[in-house]
Amino acid sequence: MSPVVPEREPAVPGDWELVVGLEVHVELSTATKLFCGCANRFGDAPNTNVCPVCLGLPGSLPVVNAAAVDFSMRLGRALGCEVRGAVFARKNYFYPDMPKDYQISQYDQPTNTDGHLELPDGHTVGIERAHIEEDTGKTTHIGGGGRIHDADYALVDYNRAGVPLVEIVSRPDIRTAEQARAYVRELRAILLAIGVSDARMEEGSMRVDANVSVRPAGSDELRTRCEIKNLSSLRALGRAIVYEAQRHVELWSGGERPRQETRHWDEANGRTTPGRSKEDADDYRYFQDPDLVPLAPATGTIAAIDAALPPLPAARRAELVASGGGAVSTEDAALLVERDQDGLVRAAIAAGADPGVAATRVANDLAVDDWSPVTPEGLAALVSMEISGRLTATQSKQVLAEMADGGGAPDVIAQRRGFQAMAGDDLAAVVDQVIAGNPDAWSRFCAGDEAERKKLAGFLTGQVMRATRGQADGAAVNRLLQERAGS
Amino acid sequence: MTALAIAAAVKSGERTALDVVDEHLARISQRDAEIGAFNLVLADEARTAARNVDAAVSRGEPVGPLAGVPVALKDNLCTRGVPTTCSSRMLEGWRPPYDATVVQRLRSAGAVIVGKTNLDEFAMGSSTENSAFGPTRNPHDTGRVPGGSSGGSAAAVAAGFAPLALGSDTGGSVRQPAALCGVVGFKPTYGAVSRYGLVAFASSLDQIGPMASNVADTAACYEAISGHDPRDSTSIDGAREPVVAGLGQGVDGLRVGLVAELCAASARVQQDDGLDGVSAVEGVAADVIAWVDAAATALEAAGAAVTVVSVPSAVLGLSAYYLIAPAEASSNLARYDGVRYGLRVDAANAAEMNVSSRSSGFGAEVKRRIMLGTYALSAGYYDAFYGKALRVRTLMLREFAAAYADVDVLLCPTAPTTAFELGAKTADPLLMYLNDVCTIPSNLTGHPAVSVPFGSGDDGLPVGVQLMGPALSEPVLLRAAAVLERAAPSDGSAP
Amino acid sequence: MSGRITRDEAAHVARLARLRFSDAELDELAAQLSAVLDHAADVEALDVTDIEPTSHPHPLVNVTRADEVRPSLDWDEVLAQAPSVDDGQFRVPPILGEAP
Repeated sequence: MSPVVPEREPAVPGDWELVVGLEVHVELSTATKLFCGCANRFGDAPNTNVCPVCLGLPGSLPVVNAAAVDFSMRLGRALGCEVRGAVFARKNYFYPDMPKDYQISQYDQPTNTDGHLELPDGHTVGIERAHIEEDTGKTTHIGGGGRIHDADYALVDYNRAGVPLVEIVSRPDIRTAEQARAYVRELRAILLAIGVSDARMEEGSMRVDANVSVRPAGSDELRTRCEIKNLSSLRALGRAIVYEAQRHVELWSGGERPRQETRHWDEANGRTTPGRSKEDADDYRYFQDPDLVPLAPATGTIAAIDAALPPLPAARRAELVASGGGAVSTEDAALLVERDQDGLVRAAIAAGADPGVAATRVANDLAVDDWSPVTPEGLAALVSMEISGRLTATQSKQVLAEMADGGGAPDVIAQRRGFQAMAGDDLAAVVDQVIAGNPDAWSRFCAGDEAERKKLAGFLTGQVMRATRGQADGAAVNRLLQERAGS
Repeated sequence: MTALAIAAAVKSGERTALDVVDEHLARISQRDAEIGAFNLVLADEARTAARNVDAAVSRGEPVGPLAGVPVALKDNLCTRGVPTTCSSRMLEGWRPPYDATVVQRLRSAGAVIVGKTNLDEFAMGSSTENSAFGPTRNPHDTGRVPGGSSGGSAAAVAAGFAPLALGSDTGGSVRQPAALCGVVGFKPTYGAVSRYGLVAFASSLDQIGPMASNVADTAACYEAISGHDPRDSTSIDGAREPVVAGLGQGVDGLRVGLVAELCAASARVQQDDGLDGVSAVEGVAADVIAWVDAAATALEAAGAAVTVVSVPSAVLGLSAYYLIAPAEASSNLARYDGVRYGLRVDAANAAEMNVSSRSSGFGAEVKRRIMLGTYALSAGYYDAFYGKALRVRTLMLREFAAAYADVDVLLCPTAPTTAFELGAKTADPLLMYLNDVCTIPSNLTGHPAVSVPFGSGDDGLPVGVQLMGPALSEPVLLRAAAVLERAAPSDGSAP
Repeated sequence: MSGRITRDEAAHVARLARLRFSDAELDELAAQLSAVLDHAADVEALDVTDIEPTSHPHPLVNVTRADEVRPSLDWDEVLAQAPSVDDGQFRVPPILGEAP
């Protein structure tokens, strides 16, 4: 899971409400670009995946990639959208990374409209539309420290030009920064589940812009919003929303109003800065692209897409929680589904594993790319070894790691490593040694109130763990400490 | 010698393709300095291609239907490695890395490309005077324009530089110069011929069409270049009906309609009491209309039934066209920004570089149309202009469909007048635009139309009459054109 | 000359189209464009409320291609046509604004 950075939630004082809508651009993982047969591939030498069409050479014409249309409709249905006939339009503006100086997009008739996305906490965010469009090339600003305003010149690589994108536009239904992050995580989980994108924010195959505004609590007006760009991580998304919301509250409170504008998140300084000026009001002169013909899903297409959709994250979370009979936490369930490990855990539960321990162990300790060697039966065996006390939690983690590396069955690994939870008289002896060696702590433990006792139990247990090199079971140590203290 | 006669002679071994090409190259070097039909003559490439045809013939290998036929290409058709300029400074020296689909098809039909012909810059114009490389002159009178925008192609055929040429027709740019130069010019159904590799002017109107000295050659060229192309999304699927085979079948029983709105001065229209109060386009010359009436009579004599029909929205065509075509053009020509190819005039920043390059690279008419189209699409005006023009298109499609319920083909002039003098209309854009008034409806509806030489005007210059038909009516349209061709007077006598 | 389009409007349109004109040229253009729009008054005045727009003469739908990789252009051929090349990329003067 991405690190959760405290971002001073709530973002706004109690008499204000945060209003956020997200625009997420997702690159579809088709083999070829949206309108030509060039490879849709990240990381190749500049200007090698280009042809007359994606370079916008005179006389070239676009032809729509059937897979991109299919992927976009699949995504639409996964988001509960209406999927309808659509037309491609031209969005006209000049920019060096755009080969035709217009972008082929969908404007007034997009493929997907009116969907929704349910967050793991139950909050529902409306989806206004999810439309297909082509990506631009990539510009590198040279000189002036790479900053756009001081650059000496720029270089353009068109490998990305024409890569298929779907832009998913949410309704302004998001009320906290955490919800914004949860929305993006959930969207990513859906994209991965239906196999239409690798959705990596770091590589730019998933790009998030946030429309942020605030309003007095209880009002349903929509006040001036700012569009925040350059959000390259979930952390940045959360921080930027909080910063921007507070900026708006300060402006409104001081009798001013924010200007409607595009702003950039400055990660280093933790603030947003004004971006493109809007003095030449955007006039994209949209019109239907005469080089392309409308999309009209044939009868049965939507039903076939629905029938072929895999179980979606929300359903998988619910199923996992249900299979655990209440023992699997919603947090663990969310994480396991996001990592596509819910199937493993459910199978282990079916093979007799304790649901709570199985879920927690995998959620906490199996954050690796390839965990295919871990079988449900192996996981169930590991969990039962841990529960029976044959392995400590620490040992269990290590065994699981080795299982993921292809080390074999848990009992074999435990034996090879000489793992065995220390228990009984051996453990009692170590505990007594630690008590003797830390008389101050021990007396404070015996005399302290509940909080003090808890703190010191942690310290003393740590000492025992150190002495046994992690082979003690924490719960057993705690039991012994309580016994020795006579409580 | 006609294109089909050349192909037959080359196939039979009676003549070599090289000999044919040399003969045409000789004519070009003899007279093109005066006419200015070509931007580029491809002598070496043409001889190489001709030798390849001859070698195939001598080996007994199959050669295409246009084996050894010299063809001139309008210089807005992409030719791999060969400069394609659109007669614009903007693209001077640009060598496309690919061939247009029609060029590929001509090559595989055995045709020999002899050069790239002059045009109004980016095909915007009706006189070929808007070329960055100077005007083309009408071979019938070099003080007059050849029409446009495919004026170079029309002049090349008329001057005997090539028996076949390709043009592009967005508002009449094949038919109008064909009429003014006394050759046949054919705009096929939109989507019948692939646009891949045709440098776009107005994508929903552009269509490539053949030009030749006669209908049979025109039809043969159409057969060679037409057909579905997966690289053009607007290409019509399925096979095209052959057109050459049926050319001699005549028009017995064919129903022909004279379009009242485009032929107001016609005796037949005047005599039709039911048409009182029809609003008609103005400016169609009396001598032109007289030949249209004569063409109607000729069709009747061949067994057709001629009536007068009304298509009221035809008069709106010009206005709708001059909103739609510039709008699409303003977007299609945005890519000429100095970044990837073509002219760059450097400046302090990228946006200024775009401005400098475009301002230097485009001529006045192209800029004017970009301005008009940008305005028509811009916020606040879209609904009043572009949006309405698209609805006029619907109206025209409905009215033409109604007309075609009663008649098989429609008859009207191609151009309002015969060839005019160079410079006569350059000062007034609107006056120039009026040249397209009779040809534009077929572009807006996407229907096929052909211009056939039929008589001469009071000035002795060629007159063209136009036949229009519904979508994919190429066989009947060209069959009727063949009848007119046979009936056309061979001397300059008045109708 | 109807003056439908003012010099300022023409200048605004020129900015959108990335074209530069002198004031005299703008005035002439404004007049010429006004004349064309005057001619288009017949279209402008038309009541077309019950008529759908036609963007395309032929009612084709769903023209797509299979998602199969085709050869791209040779790198040399791509860059040979470029006005300015640096490090395998298209070089342009500094870009002042961000993309929308």
